[in-house]
Amino acid sequence: MSIDLSQFFEVFFEESFEGLDAMESELLNLEPGKEDSETINTIFRAAHSIKGGSGTFGFTSVSDFTHVLETLLDQVRDGRRTLTTEHVDLLLKSVDCLRTLLRALQSEQEPDLTEADALRSKFEEILGIAEATACESNDEKADEITQSTYQIDFKPKAHLFKTGNEPLFMISELGELGEIETQVFHDAIPDIAQLHPDECFLSWRFFLTTDSDSKAIEEIFEWVEDDAEITITVCGGIFEASTETLSEPESADGKSAEISSASITPPKEINKKAEPQKNNESSTSTSIRVGIDKVDSLINMVGELVITQAMLSQIGEQEITESTITALQEGLAQLAHNTRDLQENVMRIRMLPISFVFSRFPRLVRDISQKLNKQVELKLIGEQTELDKTVMEKISDPMVHLVRNSLDHGLETPDKRIAAGKEPVGTVTLNAFHQGGNIVIEIMDDGQGLNTDKIRSKAIANGLIQAHDELTADEINELIFMPGFSTADEVSDISGRGVGMDVVRRNIQALNGSVEVASASGVGSTFTIRLPLTLAILDGQLVQVARHTYIIPLISIVESLQIDITKVSRVGKDLDVLRLRDEYIPILRLYDIFNHQGAIEELDKTLLVVVESDNHKVGILVDDLLAQQQVVIKSLEANYQKVDGISGATILGDGRVSLIVDITGLIKLSGLKRPGTQELLVEQQGSEVA
Amino acid sequence: MKKILAVDDSASMRQMVGFTLKKAGFDVTEARDGSEALSIAKQQGFDAVISDVNMPIMDGITLIRELRNLPNYKFTPLLMLTTESGLEKKTEGKAAGATGWIVKPFNPEQLLAVLKKVIR
Repeated sequence: MSIDLSQFFEVFFEESFEGLDAMESELLNLEPGKEDSETINTIFRAAHSIKGGSGTFGFTSVSDFTHVLETLLDQVRDGRRTLTTEHVDLLLKSVDCLRTLLRALQSEQEPDLTEADALRSKFEEILGIAEATACESNDEKADEITQSTYQIDFKPKAHLFKTGNEPLFMISELGELGEIETQVFHDAIPDIAQLHPDECFLSWRFFLTTDSDSKAIEEIFEWVEDDAEITITVCGGIFEASTETLSEPESADGKSAEISSASITPPKEINKKAEPQKNNESSTSTSIRVGIDKVDSLINMVGELVITQAMLSQIGEQEITESTITALQEGLAQLAHNTRDLQENVMRIRMLPISFVFSRFPRLVRDISQKLNKQVELKLIGEQTELDKTVMEKISDPMVHLVRNSLDHGLETPDKRIAAGKEPVGTVTLNAFHQGGNIVIEIMDDGQGLNTDKIRSKAIANGLIQAHDELTADEINELIFMPGFSTADEVSDISGRGVGMDVVRRNIQALNGSVEVASASGVGSTFTIRLPLTLAILDGQLVQVARHTYIIPLISIVESLQIDITKVSRVGKDLDVLRLRDEYIPILRLYDIFNHQGAIEELDKTLLVVVESDNHKVGILVDDLLAQQQVVIKSLEANYQKVDGISGATILGDGRVSLIVDITGLIKLSGLKRPGTQELLVEQQGSEVA
Repeated sequence: MKKILAVDDSASMRQMVGFTLKKAGFDVTEARDGSEALSIAKQQGFDAVISDVNMPIMDGITLIRELRNLPNYKFTPLLMLTTESGLEKKTEGKAAGATGWIVKPFNPEQLLAVLKKVIR
């Protein structure tokens, strides 16, 4: 029977990653010297499971590596070794290394073992194992195939049956090795009065002629070694030859050690070219674990839906009278109710607690604060706040970036903090909560706050603003989200690696979210990320342009108004600007951008939808405002192709397709310039500053 | 159809063992840890139990000890799955009443071959 093991790989990877996460968080909780046995046990079990699974499924690189981890942990578990900070560091590094290995294997790539080998030799150093043990003496001398006859005496002890072993099966297994002759001794059977039916009184003698060696026979009786008297002897002249075979492995020991150490000595290949896969590369997993309660409630709801449908079809079969119409209306209301419930619950399936993202931060903060010599306490609030899985996967990297920034730029070193009259230990708080249809994630630090003077001068140096521009503190803080901005005096290892805050903002905007910063000098800064709960549904404002219906995401709409034509002035050749309170709002004509004929062109007869993107407001000119409704987003790229200025499509109630406006893309498309400067409001595609 | 209880905290191992045994014509029940296995085992009878050793809540050796003390499992083959090929665990397991052991890593064929020793 052949079984394709690859069908279990995905589960194995999934649980291994979970195991690694558990290991990591337990390791971080661990205080060397004060570890409790349950924590160690959990860590050990995770390593143990990964080793067992990887061995079984043929990932030897992982199982070999995990073996040393397991050995160390086992010693700690048994109290033979005390855990030091060095061990914990090494174990944490191993967790990372294993993740990388497993990820490579998951994507069916050849894993890079450079790091694993380095870590392994460190473990082996600690454990005091010679490297040679890795390859055990497997050069057993190939047995010559000779037939021999063995005499086997098998005298089970009385309690044999109570171990669950069955002599009959052993005997038939023995019989499968060759020709067998069996003698049974029943002289030990006592008088019926003393006979216990659950004890074994029989013993056997076998003569087995086989080409297998005595090892195969020993293996059959392996489990009952202590529960029976077993003697295996070779009959006839072949006896001597057999003893030689048996003693062979011992004499070969020295030789094998030599060989294996020789095979290790050749210089290890330096294959730096194959850079290990980056840890933070978000591998999008394809499966999801769902609580059984969620599935149950779905089934329940589908049940109700079926009942409603049955009711409706029953009404449909009747003759239409006034009373059936009332019933029909009731039924439809019921259907709407069911559908909404079902929709909400299906969405809930994709929802996971944000702790999945939060959990990676204790480790990150520990590592970075060590590197920076800062003392940091990390507080996590609202870990149970639920969020769509897809959003979660995409928000992780921007968050890492923001936390890094807080640690690197925000928090001060302990002596600076003491000098400023603060606790030497800085605090970084991650807080998640729901607000309306959004999830809000705050990243707060109690550090020095953003340095507005520095940002200002940097922005002037970079030509982002003019020296004479008057900006409020908030406006200055906003500048950090401009492309190509980094305030660190020198580009450090931690942040400012070229990936700027502009990328963070862009990534968050790609999720239909927003990010803001609030900061007070000497008190700290707070980054607030706002995200829709799901990417699949959007609150939209339907607008009419010529004969077409477009959808503008409600989240980006500031206000909608009738244009006061006296406040419109023309800038340059063809850009109209509306003075709205103290701001100038450029007017984008949707029909122009999307090339529609027959739209209303007179400004005073149309409506203006003021939207905000990147903290800049623009007005979108539309013929009319229609309904506001939730729309299900369908990908244009998957069904057609990417269209600039459009983020997706949806199907309206009447079956027509409506396009969803991508505000940022729209501004880019129109090539709007920032009023007063020559800078483009939004940088052109492709000119991203790395 | 012979009934086997397969106990492992690792879902992939459990699935592999379960799948292999089902394909070989056994009726398989799965459990995630010793204590779950014990309560299942008390409700229904099994012709053999295959259990991992290291598990949360209740480990395999405790499970075997508990099972062996139940009248229904006096003679039932109780096998442990172990990576620790060291003598220590085996002796501990045997003392608790284990019938035998299967050393990880193993492939489906090996599992069935070993199982033949105790259940046919």
